[in-house]
Amino acid sequence: MYTKEEIFTLLEKVKDPEIPVISLVQLGVVKDVRVEGEKVFVEIVPTFTGCPAIEMMKNDVIKTLGEAGVKEMEVQIKYKSAWTTNQITPKGKVLLKDFGLSPPKEFEGELTLEMLEHAQCPRCDSTHTRLLSTFGPTACRAIHHCNDCHETFEQMKPL
Amino acid sequence: MQTEAIKDLLYRMADDKIILGHRNSEWVGIGPVLEEDIAFASMAQDEIGHAWSYFQLLEELGETDPDTNAFMRPAAEYRCCHLVEYPIGDYAFSLVRHYLFDMADKVRLKHLSDSSYKPLAELARKIAREEKYHQMHARVFLQQLGNSSEEANQKLQAALNEVYPIAFSIFEPTIHNETLANAGILPLEDSLMKEWRMEAENFLRSCRLHVPLAEDMIEHFGGRSGFHTLWLAPLLAEMTEVFAIDPQAKW
Repeated sequence: MYTKEEIFTLLEKVKDPEIPVISLVQLGVVKDVRVEGEKVFVEIVPTFTGCPAIEMMKNDVIKTLGEAGVKEMEVQIKYKSAWTTNQITPKGKVLLKDFGLSPPKEFEGELTLEMLEHAQCPRCDSTHTRLLSTFGPTACRAIHHCNDCHETFEQMKPL
Repeated sequence: MQTEAIKDLLYRMADDKIILGHRNSEWVGIGPVLEEDIAFASMAQDEIGHAWSYFQLLEELGETDPDTNAFMRPAAEYRCCHLVEYPIGDYAFSLVRHYLFDMADKVRLKHLSDSSYKPLAELARKIAREEKYHQMHARVFLQQLGNSSEEANQKLQAALNEVYPIAFSIFEPTIHNETLANAGILPLEDSLMKEWRMEAENFLRSCRLHVPLAEDMIEHFGGRSGFHTLWLAPLLAEMTEVFAIDPQAKW
């Protein structure tokens, strides 16, 4: 018998397969955890709909909970539910920056191109930067260049 | 009756996206600049992801599983419009098609976000936010190229002259449109088309492009009822090649 909090603590160990410093909980991918008797229910939501990492995330959740001794579980991918970068925890954003990814800014309402511009350089913290491309090596990243330290860097796109 | 209409809508949307996604993926390795190579690849991934989620909804309505549905139907059972079937052409052709299609997608998703069919409304709100990046991409490149050199402008104009009439195929009506409109699921295709046309034409003019007359648009109808261009069958043969060899293959 586990508590919801214990399951969340276990899920902190499951990292994003493409950004292995941030956990699924910090990324806001774990939508809900329920414990009914011996059975654990976990709901996860894909970041971008086409993100190929979601199945791997699901398997990693099953593996981690299984190794911790959870015998009965159901991990559901809630593909219809929206994920937004506002769900990334403050700690998660620090981890992204340390990893070299400029964290997405909080935003409200309609997403605009202006919201992507002047992303903070994760290397020197300058915002004197320019957007090179709204598409990067994965669906969730854009490419920028820092005019101060001349580093080209990636940003997790606000969504 | 209503379920059949919803299925028809989902097939149209899923098939448009999987075919356009496949076409966009053909830019991998041959884009005019590396960033565009990556951009078209990313958009392809998005479109195929969106198609997958529509096929998931179809499965919930009793249709077969997404993989089988995406890869195992004969061409005549696809409901995609002619616009998405055309080969990628030159970069101008692909860029203009991408703009016109994604603009139509934006209009459709906006209405679907308020749809009385709740599972699709929820999904549409998610997808609409991802599609913002496609619209930003298309607008930036069209605006910059359209307003740059004469050569760039002329190439875009030639592409627009060719693509524009075909783009109306997105809004080809089907027998289910009224059912969808009456049930509050989605307005009539004709009204979506007018909304799309107004916004697209204003934008294209801001790119120093002349909007061609679209008189022969009906010539490009047929896709929604399974009558396709000669380009679809070879595309499907290529897309399903691996799946056809071994449907159980895992990697």
